[in-house]
Amino acid sequence: MALTGFNMMAGLQFENNCEVGVFSKLTNAYCLVAIGGSENFYSAFESELAGVIPIVKTSIGGTRIIGRLCAGNKNGLLVPHTTTDQELQHLRNSLPDQVVVQRIEERLSALGNCIACNDHVALAHTDLDKETEEIIADVLGVEVFRQTIAGNILVGSYCALSNRGGIVHPHTSVEDLDELSTLLQVPLVAGTVNRGSEVIGAGMTVNDWTSFCGSDTTATELSVIDSIFKLREAQPSSIVDEMRKSLIDTYV
Amino acid sequence: MSAMDQDTGMFKVQQTIGSVLCCKCGVPMPPNAANMCVNCLRSEVDITEGLQKSIQIFYCPECGCYLQPPKTWIKAQWESKELLTFCIKRLKNLNKVKLKNAEFVWTEPHSKRIKIKLTVQAEVLNGAVLEQSYPVEYTVRDNLCESCSRFQANPDQWVASVQLRQHVSHRRTFFYLEQLILRHDAASRAIRIQQVDQGIDFFFGNKSHANSFIEFLRKVVPIEYRQDQQLVSHDVKSSLYNYKYTYSVKICPICREDLICLPSKVASGLGNLGPLVVCTKVSDNITILDPRTLRCAFLDARQYFRSGFRSALTSRQLVKYFVFDVEEPVGEATVGGQKYALSYVQIARESDLGNMFYVQTHLGQILKSGDQALGYDIYGANVNDDEMEKYRLSVKNGLPEAILIKKCYDEQRERKRGKPRAFTTKKLPMEMDESRGGRVDPEKMENEYEEFLRDLEENPELRFNISLYKNKDYQESETASMTDGEGAPTVPIEELLAELELSEEEEEGDDEEDMDE
Repeated sequence: MALTGFNMMAGLQFENNCEVGVFSKLTNAYCLVAIGGSENFYSAFESELAGVIPIVKTSIGGTRIIGRLCAGNKNGLLVPHTTTDQELQHLRNSLPDQVVVQRIEERLSALGNCIACNDHVALAHTDLDKETEEIIADVLGVEVFRQTIAGNILVGSYCALSNRGGIVHPHTSVEDLDELSTLLQVPLVAGTVNRGSEVIGAGMTVNDWTSFCGSDTTATELSVIDSIFKLREAQPSSIVDEMRKSLIDTYV
Repeated sequence: MSAMDQDTGMFKVQQTIGSVLCCKCGVPMPPNAANMCVNCLRSEVDITEGLQKSIQIFYCPECGCYLQPPKTWIKAQWESKELLTFCIKRLKNLNKVKLKNAEFVWTEPHSKRIKIKLTVQAEVLNGAVLEQSYPVEYTVRDNLCESCSRFQANPDQWVASVQLRQHVSHRRTFFYLEQLILRHDAASRAIRIQQVDQGIDFFFGNKSHANSFIEFLRKVVPIEYRQDQQLVSHDVKSSLYNYKYTYSVKICPICREDLICLPSKVASGLGNLGPLVVCTKVSDNITILDPRTLRCAFLDARQYFRSGFRSALTSRQLVKYFVFDVEEPVGEATVGGQKYALSYVQIARESDLGNMFYVQTHLGQILKSGDQALGYDIYGANVNDDEMEKYRLSVKNGLPEAILIKKCYDEQRERKRGKPRAFTTKKLPMEMDESRGGRVDPEKMENEYEEFLRDLEENPELRFNISLYKNKDYQESETASMTDGEGAPTVPIEELLAELELSEEEEEGDDEEDMDE
């Protein structure tokens, strides 16, 4: 399902799988899409984003689970050491020049699972290397916090983050929610996607004006996503003018 | 919001569970494994799928049993625990879920429906455990169980019958047997008991019941029996044959106090026991006493039935004698717990007091002059017995004129006539045989029973295996007022059992039971 200010489309599926966040990566500056059997997945993104941001079809390390392997925002893209040189080159060529593509040597190679970031702040896996943390801060231009979400260390899988809001694992306690919200400076809500799935990062992908969810997502979940990411009033053009809002309290 | 953890001294942040929206209906709820509110989860997943919701059970209206296939019938009351267990057992597939609770839902008793509400728990998506209640409806169908249908078809259905006969002219043995059977509960499994001329018929539903009854009989009286069977039906396919078994049981016709003239073979076999003998006790062997030598012999059933002699004179032919004089005993013996003393007495028949006899008797200890005694009048009797005739011819001095058997208490009993006894007895549920012309004279029966009761009073050894019950109507005070020196023998009160009024059952206990109030 694509939510924009205007229309909703019928269920988004990658080869019959509702986990959209696994096969795609959406930021404010670009969009990465896996190479699928049919073009439907790609067309869904294209219909929304064509002309606004480049949509790049790629694979990472020969796999299609690109959403979980790389982490990035409008400033840069981090790819794991398993990325081949051709893929790296392809990415460098396709993405806009201001986006820095960096391959990092890290034991935890599923960067999408380990890092959750927006344009200003990032949450990292607690066991990430010190150097990796520095690279993240450097390349992505963000402040890095080592955190857990509801006791899970895979922060990238269990939260979906944009500049305007975020959804975290449904079992997150109220205190944790407050803490994270203060760190990230965005309103957070505990919710689910894809009909009660807790793996939010894998189930959807979001940027400041659009989000894409799997076809199993219920209307309730859509409305939650809608409200927390403030997508109803969002327009592609407005992102340019809008200033970052000041400190916001927890979204209740 | 943070609190010190007292136990470990660690700084622990208090965790409050937040609330998420149910992914289906949007109602706020605490997060669970499926992230759906309970109602949505229930609507989504039905854990009762595949479980039986309606089933048929069979009920026998005659005996109130429910059928558990293939053949067991279980007795259960309406809405009882047994019925609940039975109903749950009948459900298949119930092992896939965990049963938490089961209870009956009220249904109209005549509706032939039983409704049970079951609460089951099962695991659904992502490990959430869901509990669900659902009703199960049982349709009750009437179906006579095998035994009831067999009974319905032929209420007289017996499989084995024991025909107990004793070819004598009195029923003393049967009265005694009746009491024994009651005491030992030997005929508890008999379907029917019928009293016939010279015997009793017992009908059983099972051949083994009849066998065990015969085993019991064999231990208490000397019997001879034979078994016959009659084919009732035959199943060709399974080769099952249904028979009716009949046991024809003959009790030996020798009774207590009979006078017997032993055939020469038997007499010599027993060590030349004087052919005139008195039978003193009949249990599973016959005890015979030679009144002249005070010797005893025992014959068991097999030995008796090999020769099959009959008594010459029975207790009917006992005659009253008046004892004038008892001399000193010339010999004494104790046989089988009984003391006998051989002495000469002068007696005369009550009817013919002028004619005095001087005879030997074994009752020297018991008799005193002035007593009355009962005995056999060989002098005056016309005995219809071959052996007796042979013996009479062969013996030189002739037969003894009389043989005394027991002391007579008639005088003392006169005083107590009409007064109830201290004890009562129970009776077996017997039917009278109407069909054979009803030869049984009720007055005769009464007299015989009265004599039997007197027998019981006089002989403690007879009472050994019998239960006697306290007579509720009997009052102590009456006997206390009697000041006779020697009353008629009565049953001492210590031997009587009190009847349990509540449940009409005998009190279990040993023979000599203390009375309970």
